[in-house]
Amino acid sequence: MSQVMVVTSGKGGVGKTTSSASLGAALAQRGQNVVLIDFDVGLRNLDLVMGAERRVVFDFVNVVQGDAKLAQALIRDKRVDTLSLLPASQTRDKDALTEEGVEKVIDELREKFDWIICDSPAGIEKGATLAMRFADIAVVVTNPEVSSVRDSDRIIGMLDAKTRRAEAGERLDKRLLLTRYDPARAARGEMMKVEDVLEILAIPLLGIIAESPDVLTASNMGAPVTLHAPASAPAIAYAEAARRLLGEAVPFTAPGQRAGGGLFSRLFGRKAAAA
Amino acid sequence: MSLFSFFARQRSAPVARDRLQVLLAHERALSGRPDLVAILQQEILAVIARHIPIDQDKVVVKLDRGRQVSTLEIDIEMPDEVLAKS
Repeated sequence: MSQVMVVTSGKGGVGKTTSSASLGAALAQRGQNVVLIDFDVGLRNLDLVMGAERRVVFDFVNVVQGDAKLAQALIRDKRVDTLSLLPASQTRDKDALTEEGVEKVIDELREKFDWIICDSPAGIEKGATLAMRFADIAVVVTNPEVSSVRDSDRIIGMLDAKTRRAEAGERLDKRLLLTRYDPARAARGEMMKVEDVLEILAIPLLGIIAESPDVLTASNMGAPVTLHAPASAPAIAYAEAARRLLGEAVPFTAPGQRAGGGLFSRLFGRKAAAA
Repeated sequence: MSLFSFFARQRSAPVARDRLQVLLAHERALSGRPDLVAILQQEILAVIARHIPIDQDKVVVKLDRGRQVSTLEIDIEMPDEVLAKS
């Protein structure tokens, strides 16, 4: 049974595209068949972060409008052969994607892939609502910063109202991915702590990605951080988040600390399980 | 910089958390509905306008959303000549 997963946030620049690429790669590295769809029509970037920018021939809009077959537009990753990308179009026509067209493409992808990861554009306009429309699971990417948390709250409200699952009265699995977290600043009271953000947004935790130079380096190189620097802290955190998506009970470790099932792990293990 | 302001600046995270909790409690209550405060403001002004002319430039509306209680303050300037005529 395939899973459609939207990676969303409301606010721009919090790490949606980076997280889509890293979670997708991490799932593919565990043998899952994964396709990443870039929903940011007009501002395509997932191809660049994935290092596939020179291989784009056809795009999502071409497929939706029937100008290209899905198989022609999909770009197979050169490093992990179970990972594919469906790039966004660079067209400026905001109405290029239609709900019927997107549904048809997603239905076709469901036959071939275990995970269909929809990288949402920022904002709450049509692109963002289409990206979440058919989701079975939503990853809400949030920075520990007031405007990001507020926008995430707004997006959670939309996930509960405007998705197919919500309209049908079915459960939509929502998880929080806290990115650009700085444990040292949080400890000094300069940044909201993980538990503050969890308490405010009240959805279960998927992972904590600490602020790290490895993330920028990986994107400079055109590779998801889980492929470019697998031993780095963000790569480990993304890989653990991917295992949680696969249903494994991976204990939470505080960024900057070694795994060991301390108070932190017990606290969030319980919170994540209870939510 | 005093010692107090040094610590106040360092511990900004609890302020962020508290501000968000108050704000989001209001935003969640209002989601999907028109802003109650905006409706109240319009209707109160309409009632007053039935009796005296209101200069929209002389109306000051202030809203303070608190954790327990919110206040809507509508300050309407009524010139003496307007009151004398009515």
